[in-house]
Amino acid sequence: MIYLRLFWEFFKTGLFAVGGGMATLPFLYDISDRTLWFTHAQLADMVAVSESTPGPIGVNMATYVGFLTGGRAGGAAGGVLGAVVATVGLITPSIIVILIVSAFLQRFRDSKYVNGAFYGLRPASTAMILAAGVLVVKAAFLPAGTLSSLDWRLPVLAAALLALTNAVKRTKKLHPIVFILGSAAVGIALRLAE
Amino acid sequence: MLKNLIELFLTFAKVGVMTFGGGYAMLPILQREVVENKGWATEEELADYFAIGQCTPGVIAVNTATFIGRKKDGVAGGVVATLGVVFPSIVIISLLAGVITQFSELTWVKNAFAGIRVCVCVLIFNAVWKLGKKSVVDKPTAGIFLLVAAGAILTGLSPVVFVLFAGVCGVVLRALQKKGGAAE
Repeated sequence: MIYLRLFWEFFKTGLFAVGGGMATLPFLYDISDRTLWFTHAQLADMVAVSESTPGPIGVNMATYVGFLTGGRAGGAAGGVLGAVVATVGLITPSIIVILIVSAFLQRFRDSKYVNGAFYGLRPASTAMILAAGVLVVKAAFLPAGTLSSLDWRLPVLAAALLALTNAVKRTKKLHPIVFILGSAAVGIALRLAE
Repeated sequence: MLKNLIELFLTFAKVGVMTFGGGYAMLPILQREVVENKGWATEEELADYFAIGQCTPGVIAVNTATFIGRKKDGVAGGVVATLGVVFPSIVIISLLAGVITQFSELTWVKNAFAGIRVCVCVLIFNAVWKLGKKSVVDKPTAGIFLLVAAGAILTGLSPVVFVLFAGVCGVVLRALQKKGGAAE
């Protein structure tokens, strides 16, 4: 039963992804590898769509995966059901954990075990996002999988975006959607996929 | 009671619509809607919820919504506020995902996504950089970072393994640091 599996996969993601929406990314790659519900390239596109649409990015990515997976099983209605199931799966552990934590708020904050665990979890979460980023880099720069297929225009675009998002004072505070739309325009103008 | 819950749902649905990007983008909107307009939490409470929401599992926006909903209307409030914050995502993404899948074979759409993927790499790199500055604060955390990065890139192990490993490492390291500090 595909919907039960969707719920279970996203329940695990919601339970173990610490540090916000982007932290769900390594789990999504793991799901992609094990279930083949969606490809790495599709996942990179999902990140872009999730960043560019209203709603928290982690929720959007879960909804997207759920829609694609459910949609393959049962058309548009299956897609919506999949989107709901994946999203509810993702938020169920959050609701349970937060309801427990809010009952013991003070003790939770002062606990040396909790503090210690998060001291270790934060760098691990960052490292896992980096590792997922490596897979996104592969999908973006080497669509054919080999180094000889690298289009030199892609690293140039990346360097320009890095500068615009970090170094150039007038553009670095702009919303990510501006850069995503700009990159789409560049991709169309330069026919980057051809 | 039902009226309260409906109000909670609609307010958080509004917050969901107005949040673009990640949980961090949500904080100013929560300040305006929940603290200033509705008075459901104080500025300090919101900061606490947000801080805990960042370090408990799950999406920060969802965690914060559960906190505020529970404070206002108990367990039912926590559940309703959370459903409210994810409701717009389900509607919008369901509409878009169908459209994008239909158009994904068109040449110009492929070209657009070739550019967009490069941009996503840069956005993820920036997120890692920002998070790294807050999470890699000393030698032990740098060690955990390198170890997990190498493990996650080179092996096919489930992320769950790394999360459990890092959590245990953190508790042990902190305990050892306390001991070392007391002995000096």
